[in-house]
Amino acid sequence: MPDSVAVVPFLVLAALAVGGGAMMVLTRNVVHAAFWLLEVMMAVAGLFMLLSAGFLALIQMMVYAGAVSVLVLFTVMLTLRRREDAERSLDLSWSAGLIALGVFVAASAAVASFVPAVVTAPAVTPGVVEFGRALFTERALPFEIASVVLLIALVGAVWWAGGDD
Amino acid sequence: MTVGPTGFMALAAILFCIGLFGALTKKSAVMVLMSLELMTNAVNLNLVAVSRFMTPASMAGQFAAAFNIVVAAAEIGLGLALVLALYRLRKTVELDRIDRLKG
Repeated sequence: MPDSVAVVPFLVLAALAVGGGAMMVLTRNVVHAAFWLLEVMMAVAGLFMLLSAGFLALIQMMVYAGAVSVLVLFTVMLTLRRREDAERSLDLSWSAGLIALGVFVAASAAVASFVPAVVTAPAVTPGVVEFGRALFTERALPFEIASVVLLIALVGAVWWAGGDD
Repeated sequence: MTVGPTGFMALAAILFCIGLFGALTKKSAVMVLMSLELMTNAVNLNLVAVSRFMTPASMAGQFAAAFNIVVAAAEIGLGLALVLALYRLRKTVELDRIDRLKG
């Protein structure tokens, strides 16, 4: 496992992620925004691959690029009465921009003052085998809690979105 | 030329702030939920990147990111169900037109 990652794929994926995020916020069409969000999710999955987190890249593609984007598109289409309703005003505001900029400056200061601890990377990259073994032994309790959370969310979503009676 | 943890953290900060800006400005409930997803993605990226460079053997951040994905999936599912329920009641998803509690 190398100590750092190559710069060219990082820059390409970072440009895709930031550009897609900016386009998502700046596009007028809700459906286009959903597709830009899908593009960002796929770029982040690529970044996970770059960080040698193959399993996370897989579930990022399955959960976000697969399920969440389809869910968002369905909701957009169910809540639009006419095709023209997808086009919206841009909704930009200076105060929100200032807040976001302030958070960014604070986060940049934190990142700039970050001193990485010197760790020696293991010789073999831990893969999905080690991930699964740890998930079902030392992290079994959060795993079960996560399944309960998903079950409650499933029941709640059906309850809320279901019929009137 | 290589990239260390700071590059990934800076990228995550940019993505988080884009999502924050969207969540604060957008008037469509669906767009706000999409911006929240963008912020969650930035957090996951940060967790995985720091884990990759700080605790590469134990993968602590990868587990945190995996559970974060679970919670985010539950959140977007419930959020969109709420949007649908709200649309059935009020026939709109514009957040500035849902002002029944306004004094």
